Amino acid sequence: MRVGEYSKVDHTESFQLNSLNKRIKIKRINKATITIRLTMIMLILLTIYGFLTFDYKNINLFDGILMTLTNLKVMFLEAHFVHFTFPEAIYQSLVTMGLALLTTLIGAFIALILALFAAQNLSTARVSNSIKGFVAFIRAVPTVLWVLIFAVAAGLGSVAAVIGMTFHSIGYLIKAYSESFEELDEGVIEALRGSGASWWQIVFQAVIPSSLTYLISWTFLRFEINFGVAIAMGAAAGAGGIGFDMFMASSFYLDLREVGTITYFILFFAVLLEIIATRIKSKLQIKL
Amino acid sequence: MGNFFVKKRVQSLLVISLLLLVSYGSILITEFDVIAGLNSIPNAITWGISNFYPTMESLEKLPSILEKLQETVLISIAAASVAAIFAIVFAIIGSKTTRMNGVLSTFSRGIATLFRNIDVAAWSMILLFSFGQSSLTGYFALFFVSFGFLTRAFMETIDEVGVGSVEALTSTGASYTSTIIHSVIPSCIPQIISWVLFMIETNIRSATLVGILTGTGIGFSFDLFYKSLNYNAASLVVLTIVVTILTIEFISNYVRRVIL
Repeated sequence: MRVGEYSKVDHTESFQLNSLNKRIKIKRINKATITIRLTMIMLILLTIYGFLTFDYKNINLFDGILMTLTNLKVMFLEAHFVHFTFPEAIYQSLVTMGLALLTTLIGAFIALILALFAAQNLSTARVSNSIKGFVAFIRAVPTVLWVLIFAVAAGLGSVAAVIGMTFHSIGYLIKAYSESFEELDEGVIEALRGSGASWWQIVFQAVIPSSLTYLISWTFLRFEINFGVAIAMGAAAGAGGIGFDMFMASSFYLDLREVGTITYFILFFAVLLEIIATRIKSKLQIKL
Repeated sequence: MGNFFVKKRVQSLLVISLLLLVSYGSILITEFDVIAGLNSIPNAITWGISNFYPTMESLEKLPSILEKLQETVLISIAAASVAAIFAIVFAIIGSKTTRMNGVLSTFSRGIATLFRNIDVAAWSMILLFSFGQSSLTGYFALFFVSFGFLTRAFMETIDEVGVGSVEALTSTGASYTSTIIHSVIPSCIPQIISWVLFMIETNIRSATLVGILTGTGIGFSFDLFYKSLNYNAASLVVLTIVVTILTIEFISNYVRRVIL
C-alpha cells in the first residue's frame, strides 16, 4: 500500500471509529475487506432490484405464503396413495436410484481417465488447458438442457436421461478429480520418474492411491447430486422413476396429498444417502 | 509381501466386480438401452451441427431472451442472498461451537436437513400449487434449497473457523451476542461470501430446470422454443445461459481469490 493511500484510508477509518464511540481499532481496511463490502453491497442492491422487478402476476406474497403453509400441512399430514401402491413407490424410487448410480459410475470411469490428462502435473499444458476449457463449457450448460438435447436424437426417456446426466457428471468430476491430482506432491512424481517408472506406473502406483479418498468422496457427492437430478429428469424429461410420478401427481392429477407421499419417499432416500455419505467420509478420515 | 499384493489384487477385483454388478442392476431397473445410448451420441452431434445453432432469424428473439435471463439471474441472486441471512441465524443456533442449547440445535439441524433433501424439482412442483406460474414459485423453490444447503455449509464454517475466537472471547467474559457479532461473523465472512457466490452459480443452473417445470424465466423460454421445434432459438438460449454462468464463475473466482 502506498503512503498517500495509507493516510487516506486511516482517515476514513478514524472517522468511522469516532462514530462508534472510539472503540479499539481491530481491523485494517485492505483489498480483501473492500472486496467483501463491495460484494455484499452488490448482492443487497441486486436482491432489492430483483424484488422490485419480479413478475408477480397479481399474486399476493402473504396469501401465497399462508397457502403454502396450509398446503404443506395437507401434504405431510394427509398423505395418501391413489395412483400407485407402496411397493410401486419403492420400485420407482429404486429406478431413480438406479439412474443416479449408473450415471455416476459411467461418469466416474470416463472422468477418471480424462482427469489424468487434465491434471497439469501429469499432462502437457496444451492438453490440460484444452480439456479444462471444454469441460468448463460442458458444466456451464445445465444438466436438463443436455438431457433435452440428447432427447432429440434418442427420444425422451431413460436413454437420453442417462447420456445427458453422464455427460454433465463427467464435466463435474473431471474438474474435481484433476484438482485432487494436482494437489499431489511434485516430489513423489519426480522420484518415480527418476527411478524410471513409466507414466502409467506413476498413475497407478502413486497418483490414484494417494488421492483415492478424495476421489471417493467427490464421487459420492456427485452421486447425491445425481439422485436429485434423476428426480428432476423423471419430471422434466420423462425418464421414469419417482420424479415422473411426482410430476404426474402435481401437474396432471393435481393431487396434493399424493405429492406429500412421494415427498416422504424422496426424503427417506435422500436422508439415507446423506447418512451413508457422512459414514464414508468419517471412515476415510480415520484411514488418513 | 507376496501375500499383500495378492490380497490387494483380490480386493480390487472384488470392488470392480461389485461395481459392474451394480451397474448391470441399474441398467436393468432403469431399462436403459446401452446400444441406443451409444448410438445417440454421434446422432446428437450430427444433429447439433446441422440444426442447433443460432441464425439471424433467431437473433430477433434475443431481447426477449435476455429479459427472461435477467429475471432468472435476479431470482437466483435474491434467493441465495435472502437464504444466506436466514442460514446464518440457523447455523449459529445449530453449530456445536455457538449453540445455545441442545434442543434448539437439533431443531435447527433438522430443519436444514429437511429443506436440503427435498429436491429443487420437488419444491417447484409443491410450490406450483400456491404461487402458480409466477416468479415467486421459482424464487421460493430456490430459496428453500439454498437455505438448507447454506445452513449446513455455514455450520461447518463456524465449527472450522470460530472455535478459537469463541473460546478466547468467552474466557474474557464477553456476552453471547457480542461474541457472535464481533468474533464469529467477522471471522467467517469470507467463507460465507464464497458459499453465497457458489450458491448463486448453482441456482442459475437449477433455475433453468425450475423454469421448465413451472413455466417461468429462462427455462420457460427454452422449453417454448424446444417444444415448438425452433431449435435455432433454443440454441441461442443455451448460449446465453453458458455465457452467463461462465461470467458469474469468473467473477466469483476473482472475488474468492481476493478474499480467501
